[in-house]
Amino acid sequence: MTYRVRGPWAPFIRPRHSDLVVETRASSAAGDDELALQLDGVTKRFPRVVANDRVDFDVRRGEVHALLGQNGAGKSTLAHIVSGLYRPDQGVIRLFGKRVEIKSPGEALDSGIGMVHQHFRLVPSLTVAENVVLGHEKAGRLFKLTERDLRSRVADLSAEHNLPVDPGTPVWQLSIGEQQRVELLKALYRQARILILDEPTAVLTPQETDSLFDTVRQMVDRGRSVVLISHKLDEVLAVSDRITVLRDGKKVGTWRTADVDARALSRMMVGRDLDLSREPPEGVRPPGATPVIELCGVSADGDRGGPVLHDISLQIREGEILGVAGVAGNGQRELAEVIAGLRRPSAGRIRIRGNDRIFHAPKDAIMLGIGYVPDDRLGTGLAPNVTVAENLALKAYSREPFSWGPFLRREQIGAHARVLMEQYEVRGGTDRSPVRSLSGGNIQKLLLAREIASRPEALVAVSPTRGLDIAATQSVRTLIAELATSGRAILLISEDLDEILTLADRIAVLYEGRIVGTADPSTVQVEELGLMMAGASE
Amino acid sequence: MRFTRRLQTPWWLPITVPIGSVMAAFLVGAAVLLVTGHNPVDTYIRLFERGFLSENALSSTLRSATPLVFAGLAAAAAFRMRLWNIGGEGQLYMGAIGASGIGLALDGAAPIVVIPAMILGGAVFGALWAFIPGILRSRFNTNEIITSLMLNYVAGLVLAYLVLGSMSPWRDQSPGTTFPLGARLSESASWPQFLTGLPLLVAVPVSLGVVAGVAAWLRHRTRSRTLRVNVVVISAVAVAALLLAGVVADGPAITVPFGMVLGVATAVVVWVLYRETRFGFEVRVISDSPAAARYGGMDTGRKIVVVMLLAGGLAGLGGASQVGDFSHLLDPYGLPQSVYGYTGIVVAALSANGPLGVILSAFLLGGLSNAGFSLRGLDFPLGLVGILQGLILFFAIGGTVLVRYRVRFGVRRTTGEESPEQHEPDGSALAGAGTGGGGQ
Repeated sequence: MTYRVRGPWAPFIRPRHSDLVVETRASSAAGDDELALQLDGVTKRFPRVVANDRVDFDVRRGEVHALLGQNGAGKSTLAHIVSGLYRPDQGVIRLFGKRVEIKSPGEALDSGIGMVHQHFRLVPSLTVAENVVLGHEKAGRLFKLTERDLRSRVADLSAEHNLPVDPGTPVWQLSIGEQQRVELLKALYRQARILILDEPTAVLTPQETDSLFDTVRQMVDRGRSVVLISHKLDEVLAVSDRITVLRDGKKVGTWRTADVDARALSRMMVGRDLDLSREPPEGVRPPGATPVIELCGVSADGDRGGPVLHDISLQIREGEILGVAGVAGNGQRELAEVIAGLRRPSAGRIRIRGNDRIFHAPKDAIMLGIGYVPDDRLGTGLAPNVTVAENLALKAYSREPFSWGPFLRREQIGAHARVLMEQYEVRGGTDRSPVRSLSGGNIQKLLLAREIASRPEALVAVSPTRGLDIAATQSVRTLIAELATSGRAILLISEDLDEILTLADRIAVLYEGRIVGTADPSTVQVEELGLMMAGASE
Repeated sequence: MRFTRRLQTPWWLPITVPIGSVMAAFLVGAAVLLVTGHNPVDTYIRLFERGFLSENALSSTLRSATPLVFAGLAAAAAFRMRLWNIGGEGQLYMGAIGASGIGLALDGAAPIVVIPAMILGGAVFGALWAFIPGILRSRFNTNEIITSLMLNYVAGLVLAYLVLGSMSPWRDQSPGTTFPLGARLSESASWPQFLTGLPLLVAVPVSLGVVAGVAAWLRHRTRSRTLRVNVVVISAVAVAALLLAGVVADGPAITVPFGMVLGVATAVVVWVLYRETRFGFEVRVISDSPAAARYGGMDTGRKIVVVMLLAGGLAGLGGASQVGDFSHLLDPYGLPQSVYGYTGIVVAALSANGPLGVILSAFLLGGLSNAGFSLRGLDFPLGLVGILQGLILFFAIGGTVLVRYRVRFGVRRTTGEESPEQHEPDGSALAGAGTGGGGQ
């Protein structure tokens, strides 16, 4: 990259960004079609999954190219390959026509690829200006530069790109939207010509989203290229020039944004004909009339503060499975935690069998008979290094027959475990093995065994079959269906539409912490669900 | 070089690692001795002779080992829940202050009253001192390493103030004393001492080990009932014979302080507590996965406070034993000099936080520090014992990696090694502002 600043003092003077921008603008005028980035047949395999299967992808200068797909479609893996975090097993990467091998994130940055991660990588105690130059201060430059120089430089940059943020403020005082601007400034400061934004709007308010997209358009107009990773159709249609859809690690196709609509895209994303032929498990009874769980206007805050659930009202009756569909990160985990007593609602009421309940601790929910199969099986649902037997007693260890005064009764705990392992076909270890030595499917069966054996009134299950093989998936689904048949209320939160369509009696769609629609699984069209999940307003 | 998590730990590994750590420490120590122009073989022979073999060596070693048992238990009890209580030193001082205060207050009462009161006082004072980092950690997620460490200095200053800087009841105020000393406790506040033969002294820990081993065997093997009964009967007979032989056999007489007996008994109680009770189970789950503990309905914050109270109480007992067994006054000179509290961390690390192992490693480190102390000045390399302690700590902690992980040498395969989870962005730790403190 050539700078306009020359002379003996050149190494000590950072060129103004406008210098460089003029240059890129000039060169981009040379040919609009010129490719900034080109991936040919990129394949990336992980031990159990092919995350990218011969993906071709290219980005032109001065365009926004959206990468669309459901969770697990391979979008982030592709982005990580481009930004140097992963190395592809096969395939060729070309940058501005030149074949390159990107060996590390540092190399990616040096060759002009900047990535803004979904979770920011900022140092909270440093100021905005310090964060922007961090890692780029060559040979003690951080010490040579006065803080004032630094700030004015960052201030220039932020004014130029319409990214208002005060350079002197420590990052921990910034809102999420402002922190994102700092991430953008970091990339721009490092002369990034290709910006990859990974789910940039997931954490933003609608206003912040609008201003982000203004900035994105402005950057593109100046000759930069932007790869926008998203699963939100509205946004993608609003801001991108071209769209590539990935599904199950494969590329479905690339279209000009003007040529496609939300409905077609949602079909492409959800894609494969859903296997609806499967009969529901035998002996399913129609749900009873008595509501077991009722939520009235429940709101809750997320881990980072700020509301993530808004005014949720729902009701699950005896023997009913309510499926909650939605793309991860739209409040599913928080909804489950509120019901399981792990998160306190900021507003609203939860009723269990008609009684108002305020949960002070997870223990209260356990005592009320709410089973919970969390997303994070090994770590939250089960303690990985503790034995199978003790994990099976995790919620009941302080009661008869597992305790005798202050002492544990290991024979009882062991016997209980052996019975459950037999009954739920947990294989691959004994009751004394640490849980982490079991396979994923057996771990999930173990978790379900404990929750079901405690005879809960209701069960909250989050992504209960994610990562499981076909046989384990089938047995987990059968267990859930049987539990419903025995008159329990079940909240099934899943990203897998197949699963929800097969198991649920009713479907609610969660988007940005709100229930945006409900549907009947026997009549609903998959595209309709896809549109609701992507927040498309019709 | 690659590390892979072991699914099963071979049974011999947890025993081999401490022994290996000590040997490695002595090897590296030998290199240090060579470099500084000493003969390592000679030096080590002198060290062991003075620590364990010569006349009265074992009595002095037990004397040094007594506070180390308590300090080691204090560290181990907290470390088991991944609470890094570095404050054993200060908690031990506070225990000494409490025990001596109560001993002075109950001046003249019968030993049967004074001694239990001193034990209790020491434990309560130590526990209260540990309560401070405990409550800070549980309420504000303050890093307990820092707070407990800093409180050691505060406790040292309190100790100095009580005897050197004020006219407190702890200071000897009898007329004619110019040099400030702690007030001497009455004779009835002196803890008893037992004179035993060496054979019995060996027989007691060996039988304890046998009992523990059999208990562990019964837990982990689901063999036939007759076999189990046979093993229990045979080992019971063996233990009885061992103890009998210990009583009958002749050997040099050794002084066992009451504090050592109390320490061994306490270690057994702590062992049972962590092994067999709900409390121990909760500690195990919390240390393994705080999220799972919360999910299972455990009150993690409360448990942090309780475990810190326990650790502080144990260290406090060590302080009480210093006053009751040995010094019979609050000693602001000797107590900080011997740094028992910090050495307790080495003791705990060497025993891999096992309460029964603490007894053995306290004995070893007690012997070393006893020898180092009495050989001081006699052309003996100053600081050798400190270096050895540091090296033992280093290798013992390093050795835990071997217990948990299998280490393989060789070239890393180029594909299929990383898994998607490993590289998931985890910037939340950085971006989530203001969440400081030591994670569990």
